Amino acid sequence: MESIKSQQVTFKVFRFNEETDYLPYYNTYVLDVTHEEVVLDILNRIKWDHDGSLSYRRSCRHGICGVCSIKVNGKGILACKSRLFDLVEVFGNEIIIEPLSTKRAIKDLIIDKKDFWDKHAQVKPYLVSDIEEHPAQEHLVSPHDAEKLLEADYCIQCGACHYSCPALAINEEFIGPAAFAAAYRFSADVRDDAALQRLHVVNEETQGVWDCVKCMECAEVCPKDVNPIEKITKLHNMVFEAGIAKNNVATRHAVGFAHSINKHGLLDEGELVRYSEGNIGVMKHIPEAIAMFAKGKIVMPWNMPKSKNLDEVKKLIKSSSTVKF
Amino acid sequence: MEKLKYALYTGCTARESTPELLKSTLAVADKLGIELILLDEASCCGASHLQDYDDFLSLVLNARNICYAEKLGLTMVTICNTCQLNTAMTKHRLDTNPELKAKVNAKLAEVGLEYKGTSEVTHFLYALIQDYGLEKLAAKVQVPLSQFNIAPFYGCHNIRPSELQNLSNGGENPYMPTSLDDLIIACGGVNVNYEEKNKCCGFHAELQSPRTAAILTGNAIAGAMDANADWMVTPCPLCHLKLDVQNHGASKALGRDVHLPVLHMPQMVGLALGCTPAELGLNHHVTKVDFV
Ligand code: SF4
Ligand code: SF4
Ligand code: SF4
Ligand code: SF4
Ligand code: FES
Repeated sequence: MESIKSQQVTFKVFRFNEETDYLPYYNTYVLDVTHEEVVLDILNRIKWDHDGSLSYRRSCRHGICGVCSIKVNGKGILACKSRLFDLVEVFGNEIIIEPLSTKRAIKDLIIDKKDFWDKHAQVKPYLVSDIEEHPAQEHLVSPHDAEKLLEADYCIQCGACHYSCPALAINEEFIGPAAFAAAYRFSADVRDDAALQRLHVVNEETQGVWDCVKCMECAEVCPKDVNPIEKITKLHNMVFEAGIAKNNVATRHAVGFAHSINKHGLLDEGELVRYSEGNIGVMKHIPEAIAMFAKGKIVMPWNMPKSKNLDEVKKLIKSSSTVKF
Repeated sequence: MEKLKYALYTGCTARESTPELLKSTLAVADKLGIELILLDEASCCGASHLQDYDDFLSLVLNARNICYAEKLGLTMVTICNTCQLNTAMTKHRLDTNPELKAKVNAKLAEVGLEYKGTSEVTHFLYALIQDYGLEKLAAKVQVPLSQFNIAPFYGCHNIRPSELQNLSNGGENPYMPTSLDDLIIACGGVNVNYEEKNKCCGFHAELQSPRTAAILTGNAIAGAMDANADWMVTPCPLCHLKLDVQNHGASKALGRDVHLPVLHMPQMVGLALGCTPAELGLNHHVTKVDFV
C-alpha cells in the first residue's frame, strides 16, 4: 500500500455573519493534511473538530452539483475536487479560504448567488421549441449536431467564472461568462428555436459580449473546461452571421481590423480608432493623441508601414472572408 | 552554446505607437548576441478582435505569418502578449485539427504557401529566460537595478489560458507567475508583489467599455504604487499603452491620481545591460521616465 504523506498547513478562513457582524474576519487553523485530502475534507474537519458554526455549501462531493465552489488564495476552485497538496505546491503552506465573492457573503463561505441566476434567466437557459404533447418518437440529435455544443453542456453552474470575471466586477449589467456559455449552449442546439432572441440579448451594449475584456480568466478558472470565452467568440460570430450586428463602436472595432489589414497588412491604429468611434466620437481621443504625437507614437498616414507581399494578404482576404458587414 | 536565432514577429504596435519596444528589443538582442530576423511579410494578428468578426479569415492570416517563420526554419518570437496568444492559438487549432488545417492550407496554396506546424511560437520573455538563461543574463549585467522597486505587470495573454501557454509559451502558473519577477531579480532589481500583477488592464474593451477599461488600468497602477514601486515593467505593448498613455482617464475613473513610469520588458533588460536611454527609446514614453 502507498504510504500516506502529510504536511502542516496554516489555514486562514474567512468568517462573516450577515446578521451579527459588521465586518468580516479570519480564523486561523494549523492542521496536518495528507496527500489525499481535498479542501472540502479540511472544511469538514474544521467544522467537526474545531468550530461547528463554520458554514459552507456541499452536496455531491463529486464535482457535479457545483455548490462547493470557493476561492483559495484568489483562485476559484471546487472544494471537493482540489487536493491540498496541489494548492500548497502553487501557493505555499499558508492557504487563504474565502467565498467566491466576499461582497456577496451571507455566512462565511456561503454567498448569495442571486445575481448569477438572474443573469442565466436573462438568456433563457433552456430549449425553446414547439413540441407535440404526445410525440410518436423521441427527437434525435445526430452526433455531428451534438458536437456543435462543444463543451458548453458541461457547465455545472458553480459560478467560479462569474465571480472571477473582472468585467462583471466593475459593470454589474454585464451578463458574464457562465450565462454567455449557456446562451451559446442552447442557441447552438438544433432543437432550439430561440437563438435569435438570445443573440439580441447578448448583442446589447453594456450587458452583451462586446464588453468582455478578453482576460481569459473564465477559461482558466473553469473546473469543467467549459472555456466560456471560446463560446463568447462564437456568439460574436453568430451575431454577425445572423446579420443583427448593429453599426456601433464595438462592431466597427472588430470589422475595422479587416479593413486595415486589407490596406496595409498591418493595423493602422489611428484609422482604427477613427473608424470605430466615427468622426465625432474620435474627438474625445484628441488630448491623448496629442500627447502621443509629441512622443513620436503616432505614425502619419503617408508613413504607414506596410507588410511585404501585401498582395498575398489582399488575395487571402478576398478568398477567405466568410462574413459580410 | 550555439548562437540563438529567431524569426521576430513584431506585430503592429511595435512599428507604430510603441517604436521604443522594437528598438529596445533589437538593442538587447544585439548586446546578448541573439540574432533576430524580422518577419516583414507578416500581417496583423487581429488582436483578438478580427476573430470575433471572421474566425476563419483570422486563422488563415495568422497561419500565413507562421509560414514565414517555418520557411526560415526558426522559432517565431513575439514581443506582444496578444500576438503571442493569437498566433499560438492558431497553431494549436491547426496542429490538432487536420480537417481545419487542410481547409486553411487550401487557401494558403493560392499564394504559394503551406502551413506545416514546424515552428514553435514563444514570447521573447520566455526565449530570454528558457533559451538564453537567467544566470547567463545576470552575468552580463553592467548596471544592476538595485536601487529600484520594480512592479511586474504580466498581462493576461502571456499566462492564460494555461492549457495553451503550457504547450507553446512559458507555461507558468497564472495564479502565481514568476518569470518577470525572476527577470527583475536577474537584472539586480527588487521585485514588488501586488495583487494586480497578473490581472487584466482592460485594453481590449477600451473603445466600447471605457469605464471598465479605465478602472482596470487604474487598479493596476494603484496596486503597484501602494506596494511602493518606483516603476512598472510589462512584456506587452498593449498593456504598456494603457498604463503609460491612459493614466489620466484611469485617475479620473478612480478618483485618485495614478501614474508610474512603465518600461517594456526589453527596456528594463537593456538598462541593466548598460544600453543608453536613447538606444532604448525612453524618450517615447508619455509618462516620463524620470529616473535615468
Ligand atoms: S474573458 Fe471576458 S467573460 Fe471571461 S472572465 Fe474575462 S472579461 Fe469575463
Ligand atoms: S462555465 Fe465553468 S466555471 Fe463557469 S459556472 Fe460553468 S462550470 Fe462553473
Ligand atoms: S496584437 Fe496588436 S500588435 Fe499584435 S499584431 Fe495584433 S494588432 Fe498588431
Ligand atoms: S493585460 Fe490588457 S493588454 Fe495586456 S494582455 Fe491582458 S488585456 Fe491584453
Ligand atoms: S460538492 Fe458538489 S461539486 Fe463539490
